[in-house]
Amino acid sequence: MRRPEKGLTVDGFTLGEQRHEGGFATIWAVTHPLYRTPMLLKAPKILDGDDGPTIVGFEIEQMVMPRLVGPHVPRIMGQGGFEGLPYIVQEEIPGQSLQARFDKGPWALSDLIETTARIAEALAALHAQGVAHLDLKPANILARETGEVVLIDFGLARHRDLPDLLEEEFSIPMGTYPYIAPEQVLRTRGDPRSDIFALGALLYEMATGRAPFGMPAKMKHLRRRLWLDPVPPRFLRPELPEWLQEIILRALEVDPERRYQTAAQLRFDLQHPGQVVLTARGRKLRPDGWLTLWRRRRKAARLTRLGTSWARADVPILLVAVDLSPEGEALHALLLTWVRRMLTHQPEARVALVNVIRTALLGIDTGVDAAGENRHVARLVALKTWAAGLDLPEAQLTFQILESVDPAQAILDHATQVGADHILMGARGHSTARRYLGSVSAKVVAEAAASVTVIRAG
Amino acid sequence: MRLAAITDIHGNREALSAVLDDIAARGCDALAVLGDVVGYGPDPGWCVDRVQALGCVVVQGNHDAAIRGSGADMSANARAAIDWTRGQLTSAQADWLAGLPLTAEVEGVALVHASAEAPADWIYVTGEGPATGAFRASRARVTLCGHVHVPQLYSLDLRGIVAGMRVKIGQAMPLLRTRRWLAVVGAVGQPRDGSPQAGYAILDTAAEEITFRRVPYECGTTALKVRAAGLPEALALRLLGGD
Repeated sequence: MRRPEKGLTVDGFTLGEQRHEGGFATIWAVTHPLYRTPMLLKAPKILDGDDGPTIVGFEIEQMVMPRLVGPHVPRIMGQGGFEGLPYIVQEEIPGQSLQARFDKGPWALSDLIETTARIAEALAALHAQGVAHLDLKPANILARETGEVVLIDFGLARHRDLPDLLEEEFSIPMGTYPYIAPEQVLRTRGDPRSDIFALGALLYEMATGRAPFGMPAKMKHLRRRLWLDPVPPRFLRPELPEWLQEIILRALEVDPERRYQTAAQLRFDLQHPGQVVLTARGRKLRPDGWLTLWRRRRKAARLTRLGTSWARADVPILLVAVDLSPEGEALHALLLTWVRRMLTHQPEARVALVNVIRTALLGIDTGVDAAGENRHVARLVALKTWAAGLDLPEAQLTFQILESVDPAQAILDHATQVGADHILMGARGHSTARRYLGSVSAKVVAEAAASVTVIRAG
Repeated sequence: MRLAAITDIHGNREALSAVLDDIAARGCDALAVLGDVVGYGPDPGWCVDRVQALGCVVVQGNHDAAIRGSGADMSANARAAIDWTRGQLTSAQADWLAGLPLTAEVEGVALVHASAEAPADWIYVTGEGPATGAFRASRARVTLCGHVHVPQLYSLDLRGIVAGMRVKIGQAMPLLRTRRWLAVVGAVGQPRDGSPQAGYAILDTAAEEITFRRVPYECGTTALKVRAAGLPEALALRLLGGD
């Protein structure tokens, strides 16, 4: 086995300057006659072959990274095994990680929303490819010049369809302690919602300037994550809006079932603060009292398992587009019947209800004025009234009012956002207007990635 | 190179035909047979001719060896089937089986029926222990074997730790270049992992991946033939349940 050094050439890659030497790996600038992109070579430091996690982490990167595509991960150009020089060559993402920005304290609200939305977008892309990162932290987040966030360091990642090399060998919780999710503390590896927890922790730190659980360095302090609630962000910075605290604390829920289920949902809420449903989470101003904590701690002591690997795959998401206009009323009862029928077959399904307000082409009435605000609220009330007939618990149901000049596109986009498996919607009757404007359901059927059922009155 | 590895055909014509069709449909550059062309099943002669016609690398299995050997170390059902099979084969077919090599190599990939540790001892690689022995006896980066009738995948990493991996049927499993690999290919003609479907594997040496596959076939037809041939009833029944 060779050691990396300046001037060495492996598989056509020539090593230049050493860029970085970390505890586990060295990073080198490399060139190759076939590639013009700036590239980096990462070679693990092998210390007498007994440094298990380092080697396995490197192997996981070799296994997972070449299988990922898209702008949110560095492109992989080559890799080598232990017979020669173990290495991975990847495209170099210029610029610094988010760590430098995090070191400077709280973020402006607009920056925080923009950056978190970008990270959520990257996570959604990663999860859609069957990979949970499981070590999301500022130092692992870079950005392209075009704005897209790039996630690096996949040493703890878990691929849904490939063997988990870490699960087989190590019995201690793996992750970065300030950001690690409760289920990771209990050694569940591969729940994509662990990344949503870490994103919640990042968001908390951006908003308040401090990490929600401090900077624990010892494993024995990790178990607190199962019962100790973080100080509410508005206790530290009262000027923060309630909706932001609602989003942060929902992402930081101990039970993955009570968190945002997808990164896209979190992103949507961040970008539509007016639609965030406020609960006690968003309003609370002080940490939970000692009695509550004591009860939770006692309960947590018996807890041995939280979260599941790729649970999301087993819980179907049913998106129901409800037409609240007078024309749509004829189908209300029938649509309700169909939702109930589908729920008898899939009682676990999450139901995402959506209604679209069609706006004028020029987008002047985009709901920012008082009248728009009122119309929004009125629609939300109408949608909730319609859904009362379903009698579903809050956790299983979400409501969304969208505005768009193109209702079909809005439904399609929302289906992608929530990761819908099935779209259920009514088709209006035939009319002259429909002939000229095109049918909403026809476009949804033609372009949706999910299955679509269109209901018609008999 | 895309190498299709098939093993433990055991005189099962229907399963072999289905697997060869599947391989043809998926496009492979090379084929290897990891032994046990005969034994247990009702069409040994047909299977020998078909495998010979493939013109590919074939290694010898314990049932192939038993045709000209004693079969003394076999179970009662297996020995009964071998005694019956001897009467079904021409002497040319029996000679061919007896002359097969115990090990072979295709572009650096080692092929053996049981374990490379002692190929003629027919050791079952059923866990990390026997897999360790097999790794020790060989220098090949990738070894393919059969004999167990249950698909399995083992790796040996830099630290010398042997780990069994959960096999996911139909999913390409990456063969990391940092490790050495031992794949136990599932049986074509007598699966024993609860599924009656015929098993085989495709090794892609360029992509460094192995995919374990299963192919449905008319196991009822074969089971009836087993019964009609007067072979032990258990050999017919286990084809239906894959046990």
